Amino acid sequence: MALLTVAGLRIAFSHRGGSTEVVRGVEFAVEPGETVGLVGESGSGKSLACRSIIRLMPAHATMTASKVEFDGRDVLAMSAKELRDHRAHSVGMIFQDPYSCFDPTMRIGEQVAETLRVNAGLEGDAAKARALELLESVDIASPEQRFRAYPHELSGGMRQRVMIAIAISASPKLLIADEPTTALDVTTQAQILGLIEQRRRESGMAVLLVSHDFGVIAQACDRVVVMYGGYVVEAGPVAEVCARPQHPYTRGLLSSIPSLESAGRRVRRAGIPGQPPNPADLVAGCPFADRCAQVRPACRELHVALEGVGDGHVTACPYVRDGVPVTNAGGSR
Amino acid sequence: MLAYTARRVGVSLVQLLGLSFLSFMLIHFVPGNPIATMLGPRATVQEVARISASLGLNKPLPEQYWLFLGHLLSGHFGQSITFSQSISSLIGQRLVPSLALIGYGTLVALVIGVPLAIVSALRADTSVDHGIRIFTTVSFAMPIFWSGLILGIVFGLKLGWLPVSGYGTGFWGIVRSLTLPAVALGLSLLAVIVRTLRSSIRHVMALEFVEAVRARGFTTSRVFVSHVFKNAIMPTVTVLAVNVGFLIGGTVVLEQVFQIPGLGTLLFQAVEQRDYPLVETLTVLAGSVVVLLNLSTDILQAVVDPRVRPGAHSV
Ligand SMILES: Nc1ncnc2c1ncn2[C@@H]1O[C@H](COP(=O)(O)OP(=O)(O)O)[C@@H](O)[C@H]1O
Ligand SMILES: [Mg+2]
Repeated sequence: MALLTVAGLRIAFSHRGGSTEVVRGVEFAVEPGETVGLVGESGSGKSLACRSIIRLMPAHATMTASKVEFDGRDVLAMSAKELRDHRAHSVGMIFQDPYSCFDPTMRIGEQVAETLRVNAGLEGDAAKARALELLESVDIASPEQRFRAYPHELSGGMRQRVMIAIAISASPKLLIADEPTTALDVTTQAQILGLIEQRRRESGMAVLLVSHDFGVIAQACDRVVVMYGGYVVEAGPVAEVCARPQHPYTRGLLSSIPSLESAGRRVRRAGIPGQPPNPADLVAGCPFADRCAQVRPACRELHVALEGVGDGHVTACPYVRDGVPVTNAGGSR
Repeated sequence: MLAYTARRVGVSLVQLLGLSFLSFMLIHFVPGNPIATMLGPRATVQEVARISASLGLNKPLPEQYWLFLGHLLSGHFGQSITFSQSISSLIGQRLVPSLALIGYGTLVALVIGVPLAIVSALRADTSVDHGIRIFTTVSFAMPIFWSGLILGIVFGLKLGWLPVSGYGTGFWGIVRSLTLPAVALGLSLLAVIVRTLRSSIRHVMALEFVEAVRARGFTTSRVFVSHVFKNAIMPTVTVLAVNVGFLIGGTVVLEQVFQIPGLGTLLFQAVEQRDYPLVETLTVLAGSVVVLLNLSTDILQAVVDPRVRPGAHSV
């Protein structure tokens, strides 16, 4: 049975002129112990989708869903107290910007220890001892010394390690990593991904890894969910999706993976022309229609729905298969 | 940290020197002088000259300024002209009521202001928030002697709950006699506190780290007390320190309205009598309080927020 199932997820922001829907019926699942990637350009709704798992919504956001089930429990029906327990013990979360996700006025070690006191009921020295252990377990050298450091005194990579230490302190069943390496340099990025993978193997937790970089996802994940404009446009096993991308957007993302070429220079290949859509401008039809090279008139009226193309692989584009337009599609269904 | 403190202290000393010069020049250029006030219009030229010499007022201004500085540094501040007492003993007698009034007024402002600011921030842009803003704006816009008078009339004269003038004896006597002026003083400060604290709470709550702590399953109250409030309070402390000058001004007025024998009343009398050394000393001392408070706030800020410390860098 899946560890996490999200279905029919919708998130809207209310503002003076009404409300804007930015997540429009998203579904995905995470099996115990597996690594699932959530990929898409910035603004596609990845961060909001993964925050829905712990119902952590920003101000003015309303979230509705037909199902958010974690470990057999209905997250949507949780009381405030149950939700706090869910956040404290079942799900750990790390964030994109390790520079801004610590309380700047509190010592690093104190922030780890506070979590242990509050969530694990440890007291005084026990909390400190366990905090030091945790810091050591995420490969922080001289933890005693780092314990007393303030966040701004640590490097980004070090802070992200501390963040991981806090997130896994309760041995959660799921670790959500929202672009954990976007703010880091390439070397540190590899180390952090390596650390997450190592912790996953040791503890058997599942990982939901968010990134806008398909390269990162392809390396680290078992399955991938591709998001665009608040929709899931394709999902499936990573190897399968990379080998046979179905949605034109996925193809675009894959073709813009930065590749390591001669002399280790990072070269960005041709990306997708145009800009991601502003959610307020999206009307009916396929959200990718404006940027799609294979767009046809019917795309503007398309009801976005995922359909299977075999072996857990689904796509929201009915008109293109393996990059080739399907001539009689739509009419025959 | 040490170098920072030293530099900050140096700046304060320069400020104090400038202040002593300004207060000296100001009172000497106000029309009228202490001898004319003392002797009245019929004094003979000889009398004026004699007293002028005995008080040292016939000396050239730079020399008088130099003597004044000497008195300040010696700490006993010289003699008052009109009270025929040393200035330090005068201040000693009058200090406590003024300090008590300022302290009490600040306390009133905090006790009312902090909860209002928190409610305002948590219920931003609701009718509660608007109501609080209207209340604090009105209390801020009211001249301090006016709110003092109204409080005196309502709670003193009409209801008879509290005394409207004088300075009681014993702790509770003092508290009772200072309550109405302290409330007037506190109300005048309320808007500044509520506005500053409300906006810094809102600013901090929008920071990413708050989402990160919420994601750990902390209760709303723990997130607020342990993280948000601590990060949000510093600007308010700074604003309070900056507003001590404003409080001192308010005290001078309220001491008149409520007949409190404090430094404000003393300053008032000193200016009326053109008691040069007394006016100068009181002005410089009031200014020193402001300068010193700003100094200690800056240093405190560096202690509370490690990022402010100069030389703070990544390791
Ligand atoms: N606090 C917010 N207020 C208003 N709009 C928001 C807020 N957070 C996110 N959005 C909008 O929701 C959409 C999805 O955001 P997000 O989930 O952060 O995307 P991603 O993580 O894929 O970059 C974006 O268009 C963004 O502008
Ligand atoms: Mg994001």
